[in-house]
Amino acid sequence: MTGTPQKAVIIGASAGALEALSAILPDLPADFACPVYVVVHVPPHSRSVLAQIFSAKCQLPAVEVSDKEPVAAGRIYFAPPNYHMLIEDEGHVALSSDAEVLFSRPSIDVAFESAADVWGEGLTGIILTGANHDGAQGLQAVVAGGGVAIVQDPATAYASAMPEAAIASCPQARVMSLAEITSYLKGACA
Amino acid sequence: MTAKVEKVEDIEIRLLLDAIYRRYHYDFRSYAMSSVRRRLRQARTDFDCATISALQEKVLHDPDMMPRMLGYLTVQVSEMFRDPSYFLAIRKKVVPHLATYPSLKVWIAGCSTGEELYSLVILFREEGLEERTLFYATDINRDALAQAEAGVYDIDRMRQFTENHRLSGGSTSLSDYYQTGYNRCVLDKTLRRNVVFSDHSLVTDQVFGEMHLVSCRNVMIYFDRDLQDRAVGLFRDALPRSGFLGLGAKETLRFSHHAAAFRDFVPDDRIYQRIGS
Ligand SMILES: C[S@@+](CC[C@H](N)C(=O)[O-])C[C@H]1O[C@@H](n2cnc3c(N)ncnc32)[C@H](O)[C@@H]1O
Repeated sequence: MTGTPQKAVIIGASAGALEALSAILPDLPADFACPVYVVVHVPPHSRSVLAQIFSAKCQLPAVEVSDKEPVAAGRIYFAPPNYHMLIEDEGHVALSSDAEVLFSRPSIDVAFESAADVWGEGLTGIILTGANHDGAQGLQAVVAGGGVAIVQDPATAYASAMPEAAIASCPQARVMSLAEITSYLKGACA
Repeated sequence: MTAKVEKVEDIEIRLLLDAIYRRYHYDFRSYAMSSVRRRLRQARTDFDCATISALQEKVLHDPDMMPRMLGYLTVQVSEMFRDPSYFLAIRKKVVPHLATYPSLKVWIAGCSTGEELYSLVILFREEGLEERTLFYATDINRDALAQAEAGVYDIDRMRQFTENHRLSGGSTSLSDYYQTGYNRCVLDKTLRRNVVFSDHSLVTDQVFGEMHLVSCRNVMIYFDRDLQDRAVGLFRDALPRSGFLGLGAKETLRFSHHAAAFRDFVPDDRIYQRIGS
């Protein structure tokens, strides 16, 4: 299906993220060969519980990152509330408190663009359900860097605006159901 | 990993940062590359340059460009009592220790436009420590320092500041400390009585005295790991045994070269205490 074996996966989601991620992340096997970065729009002034929820449900360890958190394959890294998460190099993330982008911090675009810079054609970028346009530009950057772009089928999404915007800005993207995304990941990142 | 060919844009960025250092002595060469890339791409677009190299030409030949570039290379986003639980922890857990000293020095490193500084001054006033405290507020961005010194903020930010202040355990009303007019709030100038503002870089300057508390929040996130080690080294040297270091909500000493010189004091709020010699 894909020529290059994938080295990293980045996922962006907003409204409906919890259910959508629950259909993917728990199915990834313990020997999953890529780091998985996840950016979800979470309220700025809350303590996010995503990492806790998913480390309980997943075979892979999940953490909410601190600045310069070391990154390794077979782990899930959530962007924290109120910071942008940038992929600094293959082994680290960096945080920034720059202004919000499209009213969002963390911004999916910011994380995807930085991931595309670092991972290039080894990156799979995935846009899931959401009610805004964040991620559309970031997914374009993934494609421009030679990576694989995947979008959740808007018809199956809790909120379709975000996947629709991603498809519009990124016609090359593959459109898949959540089950298809999961089996793609198991194949491409084995 | 296989050896990678450096991308042209990354080469241009390194050359630009080198040019800025040689021409203007601002050293961004060891800042986190992912952020620098993003900010310089914005600058390239805003200044209508086709490439970073074209931007470099402007920066080198037009000295008026440097202050504007500083606006891209440094990030001026701040809030009074940002992360109220941090200030609550300072109030409840750090202040009782500080109160045992007859005189105090506090360093707000990377104070930006002053919000963090004034939060601490107000907190110290509420806790009865202000009069014996000298505050050093430092930054490399002179425009930001000038704004910090002016202490004037848009009125529509005050709602958030007031809520933050309340959540930080404030015993007074934030409105006691400012006057409003023309949609702006002017902070009471007595809050600056014990403040020294100064242009100081965590990259190129040295320690300037012994501190009881260093608050350096959301500044080192823009540094690479080596540069973070340098900056934390300054704080280690500035803090005597049992001095305190407070970081931003998602910063940690866990990955630092100097981790062993500190212990967790309030882990959730990233407050550390100096141990050892
Ligand atoms: C995001 S602001 C943080 C403001 C405030 N501390 C807070 O947390 O709300 C980052 C600040 O660090 C300053 N800064 C960047 N590099 C610096 C350096 N080398 N030395 C001192 N300050 C620096 C910037 O100019 C900016 O004002």
